[in-house]
Amino acid sequence: MSAPGQTGGGSERNELALGVLFVSLSLTCIALMVLDHRENHLERVRQVLSVAVHPIRVAVDFPFSAWDAASRSLTSQRELLEENEQLRRERLNANFQLQRLAALETENARLRALLDSPAALDHRVLVAEILAVDLDPYRQRFNVNRGVTNGVFVGQALLDANGIVGQIVEVGPFTAEAVAITDADHALPVRVNRNGLRTVAVGTGDSTRLRLPYVTNTADIEVGDLLVASGLGGVFPLGYPVANVLEVRQRPGQSFADVIAEPVSALDRDREVLLVWDANRATSAAVDAAVVSELQ
Amino acid sequence: MVEAIGSRKLPALSLLAALILAIVPMPEWIAAFRPNWVAVVLLYWCVVAPDKLGMLTALGMGLALDVLTGSLLGQHALALLVIVYVCQRFPPRIRVIPLAQLTAMIVALLALYELVLFWVDGTAGRTVPLIDRWAPVLSSALVWMLALAILDRWRRVAHARM
Repeated sequence: MSAPGQTGGGSERNELALGVLFVSLSLTCIALMVLDHRENHLERVRQVLSVAVHPIRVAVDFPFSAWDAASRSLTSQRELLEENEQLRRERLNANFQLQRLAALETENARLRALLDSPAALDHRVLVAEILAVDLDPYRQRFNVNRGVTNGVFVGQALLDANGIVGQIVEVGPFTAEAVAITDADHALPVRVNRNGLRTVAVGTGDSTRLRLPYVTNTADIEVGDLLVASGLGGVFPLGYPVANVLEVRQRPGQSFADVIAEPVSALDRDREVLLVWDANRATSAAVDAAVVSELQ
Repeated sequence: MVEAIGSRKLPALSLLAALILAIVPMPEWIAAFRPNWVAVVLLYWCVVAPDKLGMLTALGMGLALDVLTGSLLGQHALALLVIVYVCQRFPPRIRVIPLAQLTAMIVALLALYELVLFWVDGTAGRTVPLIDRWAPVLSSALVWMLALAILDRWRRVAHARM
């Protein structure tokens, strides 16, 4: 411990200095929060800080990725053979479905051409790894190991092998922060695949549940219905699976029914996700940029 | 005794460890009980060696924590600032004050920390039920007691040496 004179009460001037420092620093904090909350003025500052703390993220993630790598290089031959066999079967299955898809795609393109509507099913994807880093426990957010240097942008959709996972909300130089579709502050426009009924799927904060709060009591929705992205918000590409309806409870006297759905993507088990560049969206962004530059 | 904590290395290292612990993955069922490591470590040093670090350190650590956890820039910084200020303005004299009283003060400060976070969340329009906020206070207090036990032991050793 230091000398008592330093720790004990101190003079009034000392206290005043302490108070002034406290007030000015907290005002700085509040100013930062306001700037960050409105308008996102602090993107540059965040990026710089993000680089500064990057070593900590890497240090936390390292044991997990190292363990992954080690277990990958130490799998036995028998396991590899089994996995190979299973993958072979899955590929056969997938190929079989692809054949049908190819025919459907040409038919779809022909019909769209007849209707004069633009057909864009061309998506570019990039595999990103989820960093083994825990963020705010009250929100469903995670970091991925791709950033501005890989062309990641805010609002980009994330998929996994089964369906839609979430979207990017913050981009740093080497990492990006994503929000899952089950985050309590997230909602995405969906439609029922069976009949095209459009609605909104809202997150619950539980990674295995989505809520559909705006389905009327009389709407045609059943347990087991597949919900797909409707593409209306412009964030998620059209037609990718989102969730299966788990429970429909009509509430007499209320205008809306209680509908609960289960996401098809393995939100809590994923280690790798796909970043999607939607061809439609890229062109619209390019058009926006062109319009903006013309206006200036 | 002064030499034992004389260097700035130990506080710096422990703060770095706190930042790492703040984002290390935990099983989901226990994640809500993650202690506020940074707050605990900062308070610890404020009590043990008040002249080693102050509000600027709190600000820096808070901003780092904000970027790491993706919260509003300045949220954790403000919360840490408040508790460090209170701790510096009314320094607990650890040689005189009874342990129970010291613990009560620390728990109150940890609760204050959560309250500031809650308040900012509420103002920014993010809703986290206040009831969920007590878990970290509890676990942080437990960690603090542990730190206190270590401190106590260390004090006794130091006394024996004197």
